[in-house]
Amino acid sequence: MTALILKNVNKSFGKVNVLRDISLTVEKGEFVVFVGPSGCGKSTLLRVIAGLEDASSGEVHIAGRQVDHVPPSKRGIAMVFQSYALYPHLNVRGNMTLALKQEKQPRAVIEERVAKASRMLNLDDYLDRYPAELSGGQRQRVAIGRAIVREPELFLFDEPLSNLDAALRMNTRLEIANLHRALNASMIYVTHDQTEAMTLADRIVVLRDGKVEQIGTPMELYNNPVNRFVAGFLGSPAMNFLPASLLEAGDPRIIGLRPEDMFLSSDGPFRARVSHVEELGGDTNVIAMIDTHQVTLRLFGQHRIGEGQDLHLGYNPEKAFHFDPEGHRLT
Amino acid sequence: MNMTRRNGLTALAMHGALIAYTLVALFPVFVIVINSFKERKAIFRAPLALPDSESFSLIGFQTVMSQGDFPLYFQNSMIVTVGSLFFILLFGAMAAYALSEYRFRGNRLLGLYMALGIMIPIRIGTVAILEMMVAAGLVNSLWALILVYTAQGLPLAIFILSEFMRQVSADLKDAGRIDGLSEYTIFLRLVLPLVRPAMATVAVFNMIPIWNDLWFPLILTPAEHVKTLTLGSQIFIGQYVTNWNAVLAALSMAIIPVLVLYAIFSRQLIRGLTSGAVK
Repeated sequence: MTALILKNVNKSFGKVNVLRDISLTVEKGEFVVFVGPSGCGKSTLLRVIAGLEDASSGEVHIAGRQVDHVPPSKRGIAMVFQSYALYPHLNVRGNMTLALKQEKQPRAVIEERVAKASRMLNLDDYLDRYPAELSGGQRQRVAIGRAIVREPELFLFDEPLSNLDAALRMNTRLEIANLHRALNASMIYVTHDQTEAMTLADRIVVLRDGKVEQIGTPMELYNNPVNRFVAGFLGSPAMNFLPASLLEAGDPRIIGLRPEDMFLSSDGPFRARVSHVEELGGDTNVIAMIDTHQVTLRLFGQHRIGEGQDLHLGYNPEKAFHFDPEGHRLT
Repeated sequence: MNMTRRNGLTALAMHGALIAYTLVALFPVFVIVINSFKERKAIFRAPLALPDSESFSLIGFQTVMSQGDFPLYFQNSMIVTVGSLFFILLFGAMAAYALSEYRFRGNRLLGLYMALGIMIPIRIGTVAILEMMVAAGLVNSLWALILVYTAQGLPLAIFILSEFMRQVSADLKDAGRIDGLSEYTIFLRLVLPLVRPAMATVAVFNMIPIWNDLWFPLILTPAEHVKTLTLGSQIFIGQYVTNWNAVLAALSMAIIPVLVLYAIFSRQLIRGLTSGAVK
């Protein structure tokens, strides 16, 4: 059974088209990440799925049921927000049970589900605390717990890690991945962070300007991007784009080279001047200028390279991407 | 430039200005209260002197208690003030929520129209209001005053509250919708508690003009059984003779309920006034 089907969903606010003809199928148990720069419509798409916004046209099916005119609470979804959105006047237990009470679930069911969720998320000690008495990470776990107890057909995450600091973000990311495994639930996750997308997703949907650019597994997108935008968005540091005319005069194409596919080579075709070096211990990132084009070079291990030094750079031709001037992938 | 010294001077100047203003503002109240405890002659002989054993007298309070029905006036003023505040806050908050939360055609225009009332004094419409009240048979009823004061207070209430409601997290309201709360529950249980400081601010801003108003009670509720405190005190002010003891005593007593209401709202009020600036 499918968890979610979107058919030609469009959304416009006045004259602005925020979502354009989006179609997508999410299988049961799948973890799908919407990723894109801010303003690309990914959060709006999530809100359309949740029923917090109505689509201007198109259909939304959740777990085999068309839900275009069903209110959010009856769509079989649960949502986790960036700002946690916990009810300030209720304690953790109250926050987690509110939706179940609204559904008029029997008390025994409510208690059992809360006990299960709080065990999974290590919230047992905090059930009687209020949101104001919790740290950011704990609040986000409560927000996730509030979603789990509903046992929804589909989990929706709206940038849940953006308000956490780096260390906590990594931990919570792992927790969400474990949760997905443990619950075998269908999840949709919105983020602008390509690392989160790559690490969590079964499939990634890359959005730009309200349109789907590409859908695929993280490695499909990484190894085989359809255009320059997808190629540049996934991977960190980002792909380098250089005019092919640097190698062969008159060639209008653009070459895309991942930082890890470039290397130092005394007979390499590019001459570059180092402008900055980031030594990370395990890796060394070298930022250099080829003419007026900035490139990033990712070297494994530690290297002693000084700023202002001149380098010869080579690349692995098998791993090079070629784009036409409009950004479409050629080879 | 020595920053600490300059800050010290600035603080001193600020405190000086504020203390001076406080003294100016409190001085009339102080004079009213001390003179209400003095005999008539002492009031005129030395209006600024504190009451001593010779000039001390409760004659003013006795007059107030014996003439007219001051407990009733008190009760009327209280009903009108609390009733008006209740409706201002209720309808103001509901309108503000609708304006800040829902997108609909003419939303901004309607907000502007509501705010226009802040700039137009309601007294301009006194004649029309009187005609309406006569037609509705509400003259000499406390409802007449409550309705007028509610109308008078709503524009500012909507203006202030809708600003504050825009700041309430949209995610919180959406979380409520996903959890199956009705729009009324979201408004009453999630949004209202979060704008409580703004509500207190609105309440205090409206409370004092309503309590002190003489204009509308004089026109709409002149009958004995619906007189408010301010209007009731006027019987001691005659064209030729004014019973100053009684007037001052009535005024002194009229301050007390306002102080009590203010004390209830003030903690919230301070948060309301500063939250926009500090946070």
